Amino acid sequence: MSITNLFGILISAMLINNIVLIYFLGLCAFFGVSTKMKTSLGMGFAVIFVMVMATAATWLIYHFVLVPLELTFLRTASFVLVIASLVQLVEIFLKKTSPGLYKALGIYLALITTNCAILAVAFLNIDYSYGLLEGVFYALGTGLGFTLAIILFAGIRERVALAPVPDSLKGFPIAFFIASLMSLAFLGFKGLLGL
Amino acid sequence: MNNHAQCFSDGIFKQNPVLVLMIGLCPLLAVSTSAINGLGMGLAASFVLICSNLVVSAVRKFIPEGIRIPIFIIIISTFVTIVDLVMNAYFPPLHKALGVFVPLIVVNCIILGRAEAFAYRNSVLDSLLDGLGMGLGFTLVITLIGAIRELFGNGTIFNSPRFIEKPALLMIFPPGGFITIGFLMGLYFLYTSYARSKAKK
Repeated sequence: MSITNLFGILISAMLINNIVLIYFLGLCAFFGVSTKMKTSLGMGFAVIFVMVMATAATWLIYHFVLVPLELTFLRTASFVLVIASLVQLVEIFLKKTSPGLYKALGIYLALITTNCAILAVAFLNIDYSYGLLEGVFYALGTGLGFTLAIILFAGIRERVALAPVPDSLKGFPIAFFIASLMSLAFLGFKGLLGL
Repeated sequence: MNNHAQCFSDGIFKQNPVLVLMIGLCPLLAVSTSAINGLGMGLAASFVLICSNLVVSAVRKFIPEGIRIPIFIIIISTFVTIVDLVMNAYFPPLHKALGVFVPLIVVNCIILGRAEAFAYRNSVLDSLLDGLGMGLGFTLVITLIGAIRELFGNGTIFNSPRFIEKPALLMIFPPGGFITIGFLMGLYFLYTSYARSKAKK
């Protein structure tokens, strides 16, 4: 668990295996929120925040509750419930202690419960047999990758909204074409740092 | 819903969950690298959708408004776990191809969205028809995308012998998925605007 190993996990999760552009996870939030830069930033930060905490929480639940009691088939149900209640708790906690941050995140905190990226990261964390610290770095890298992708995407979309797009391609179809070009660009990261 | 048949047919065309409502996009692009995978995922998600719609509609009078979302999640995750275990036992290659996306059916926006928007407020028969319609609509689109990507990206269809000599490998990769759904949506919008302008005349 050296520092280079952790750094490698972070970079790999952020660029080479970008959660949105390579793994197709978190698409509903990605396309729904990215019409403006400001909302995208908010969503990105909320995702990083919840993803790291959810990964840590589900890792602990899996290794200290489900495995000893041999209830691993319950992992789907328990992970989803843990994430949903975590989001709820975080919302209440933030409202009391840091109203500024709560206001900045706004509605996106509640929308994250259905973000499939969070659940997927929790599952993949277990599948890759990461330890707790590696899992946290993996979640952090994934969240940063999501934020990077959504910010870039929002920037492009804001420009394209002013361009002469054919009527039948306006809105979602052209957004998908933009995403495909971005995905093509991110494919170029394969083999980075020998990972 | 007064018209029972409409509950069913809406889901396939007029309110197609992918092309019109734009929900359930995640598994759509990720698993549609071949027609068989797309079909398998479509059928698995449809099964969960139909069962969860049925159960949510059957017990809707007993679910308190405040905690309905966690209860939906419990119901849906039960069926997803069943599908996961059955697929692992009887269709191992499909289960391996779909990977982490089988348990992710739990947070598929289509299933949770229909439970909230429809099954919670309508009768059992209507919810069943809605589940069937939406499931069929989703399966049709995902199989179509899978077929297109497999055809252009691999030169085969439903694992047939290869009949395109030099396929565009890009279609199997993520960019190909985005391009395919973009074109399909564009074609669908073109068709609906044409139909609308024709109806106006």
